[in-house]
Amino acid sequence: MLARLASKRLLEIRQAFRQSPQTTRSLSTALNYHIDTPDNNPNVPWEFNEANKPKVKEILSHYPSNYKQSAVIPLLDLAQQQHGGWLPVSAMDAVAKVVEVAPIRVYEVATFYSMFNRAKVGKYHLLVCGTTPCMIRGSREIEDALLKHLGVKRNEVTKDGLFSVGEMECMGSCVNAPMITVADYSNGAEGYTYNYYEDLTPKRVVEIVEALKRGEKPPHGTQNPERINCGPAGGNTTLLGEPKPPPCRDLDAC
Amino acid sequence: MRRILSLERAFSPWRRNGNWMPGPRLFTTAQPPPEKSHYGNLNDSDRIFTNLYGVHDPYLKGARRRGDWHRTKDLIHKGTDWIVEEIKKSGLRGRGGAGFPAGLKWSFMPKVSDGRPSYLVINADESEPGTCKDREIMRHDPHKLLEGCVIAGVGMRASAAYIYIRGEYVDERLSLEKARIEAYAAGLLGKNACGSGYDFDVHIHFGAGAYICGEETALLESLEGKQGKPRLKPPFPANTGLYGCPTTVTNVETVAVAPTILRRGPEWFAGFGRKNNSGTKLFCISGHVNKPCTVEEEMSISLKELLERHCGGVRGGWDNLLAVIPGGSSVALIPKSVCDDVLMDFDALKDVGSGLGTAAVIVMDKSTDIVDAIGRLAYFYKHESCGQCTPCREGTTWLWMMMERMKVGNAKLEEVDMLYELTKQIEGHTICALGDAAAWPVQGLIRHFRPELERRIKENADRELRCAGN
Repeated sequence: MLARLASKRLLEIRQAFRQSPQTTRSLSTALNYHIDTPDNNPNVPWEFNEANKPKVKEILSHYPSNYKQSAVIPLLDLAQQQHGGWLPVSAMDAVAKVVEVAPIRVYEVATFYSMFNRAKVGKYHLLVCGTTPCMIRGSREIEDALLKHLGVKRNEVTKDGLFSVGEMECMGSCVNAPMITVADYSNGAEGYTYNYYEDLTPKRVVEIVEALKRGEKPPHGTQNPERINCGPAGGNTTLLGEPKPPPCRDLDAC
Repeated sequence: MRRILSLERAFSPWRRNGNWMPGPRLFTTAQPPPEKSHYGNLNDSDRIFTNLYGVHDPYLKGARRRGDWHRTKDLIHKGTDWIVEEIKKSGLRGRGGAGFPAGLKWSFMPKVSDGRPSYLVINADESEPGTCKDREIMRHDPHKLLEGCVIAGVGMRASAAYIYIRGEYVDERLSLEKARIEAYAAGLLGKNACGSGYDFDVHIHFGAGAYICGEETALLESLEGKQGKPRLKPPFPANTGLYGCPTTVTNVETVAVAPTILRRGPEWFAGFGRKNNSGTKLFCISGHVNKPCTVEEEMSISLKELLERHCGGVRGGWDNLLAVIPGGSSVALIPKSVCDDVLMDFDALKDVGSGLGTAAVIVMDKSTDIVDAIGRLAYFYKHESCGQCTPCREGTTWLWMMMERMKVGNAKLEEVDMLYELTKQIEGHTICALGDAAAWPVQGLIRHFRPELERRIKENADRELRCAGN
């Protein structure tokens, strides 16, 4: 009893020192512990809404009935979309109930993967790829331009709650470096998009942010008008004609 | 992906001694003269991924027009052994990183079921820095992958396939999902797939941003809804994999090329590239070239030709080249002197102390702060280490912290050797190959750019001396 009181007191002290827990990330990933706050504690009721319930069923249908746990990641992703881009602990509990495992199994997963946010993010969560292929093409300038334009620090949400900026490791769009991703959590799971904006310049990225602020949907993909997707700038060097089906040998003879 | 990198390590004991020179080449003097002396400049008619740039319709109608799903039923009826044999004959090596022979890998699956189902798992968790080839397949040619799933599934007697896509590829997942629904509606997947009497299901699963899930056993853990922490092997997945059942994990590209190989014949595929490195390959060229792009080319094309033919050359001319990472971040860099005449295939790059990996070429010109670039990779591995094995968890952090100091020269000269020793302490001492992958880029840096590291240290020491003097 005494120990529990003491640990509770300790948590309170810790909380007092830390204005908003988990908004600052130490070194790489978000802090791995949870501290109850008024809007993020196990007593806040949470469940999948009516629109998402069929989706939950659909997700579960892909896995053997005795391995429901497989659905944890897709379900957490759905919960995150429904909850405006972040996962409160009660959403994790709800997912644990759906897949019939102990909540800790879900907490483990939610803390391991970097796409799960356990603190509030902006309606548009901007993620700058910072790994070497993007870095040598100027991703640091892109991030600086974003942070300066929005007037925030990394992993901080703007005052209007619209934007937050984070850094991601390689997002697999290296020939179109530098790039950012815009995770759009403004319209729940229905309107959720996770769009890549590629071949950016510091000027273009600010234009994109401004367009998002106005409620527009700037075209995603490469921002270099001379390119087609991952093709070279100034026109493709290969696959110029209409594609023909490849010849098929006589299968009956071999 | 990196699973097989560890196999590669087993094949190259000479690398461990830091002895780069001849290695396996010693034994290859009596080779017959190659039939071809020049590789590259593939014809469009020999390209497999004909919608790489997404100019045409990626879905079923367009895919059929490009020859997908053509006589798939007959291919299935040819039977398991025929498929595996043809793939073996084609010399296809896995496209996920280490180049393990694909036919051989498929043949590891149990021939007679003991009651457990077998699974095919497609590794579409493409997160190796520099690599973005599977993405183009999934969003612009999804039916090639789905047809490949059926063929590979038959080849390994699997009853279902799970495609594990990385969480960030949301658009790619949606287009693959659309293609999957189309294929089910057309009777190409599901019960009696393609009218062959064979039942085959394809499911799409996704991750949520963890590089380590590209390692095959971590991928299986993640697919089972747990943290992506690699399993100890043995048991190998072909024996005990997903849900405790026999499983084979293969890369997207390996599977997607299989139907075309079977239709055109293994001889056609084996006719490209040098011996033991056959086929065509998707190359992703990023970094300091004039026109970065993804392109399908013949294996064994020379690096210089690859860059100049498709990417408009190195920014500022060939002489402005500093170094190239030829196979994704997990392989050692090669300096310009090596780049001049190196061929892009598994064996040639292994001979120069690097590797083809995923054929993701990261080009760096002379404006690059090479220590910073490799230091950023060290940070990447520190970030992505799953934390299961101590040498990797602690070692990658140390690597990054030391690289941060090396960047500004805040170190002693002997610490360069200490850094090298540190990489050797990580390499080979972990469950999966992420530890090795973290060690190799730094080793490559020390091997080829030691003078640069020492120059920074000396300059920093001079600066401090001057400051102290004033």
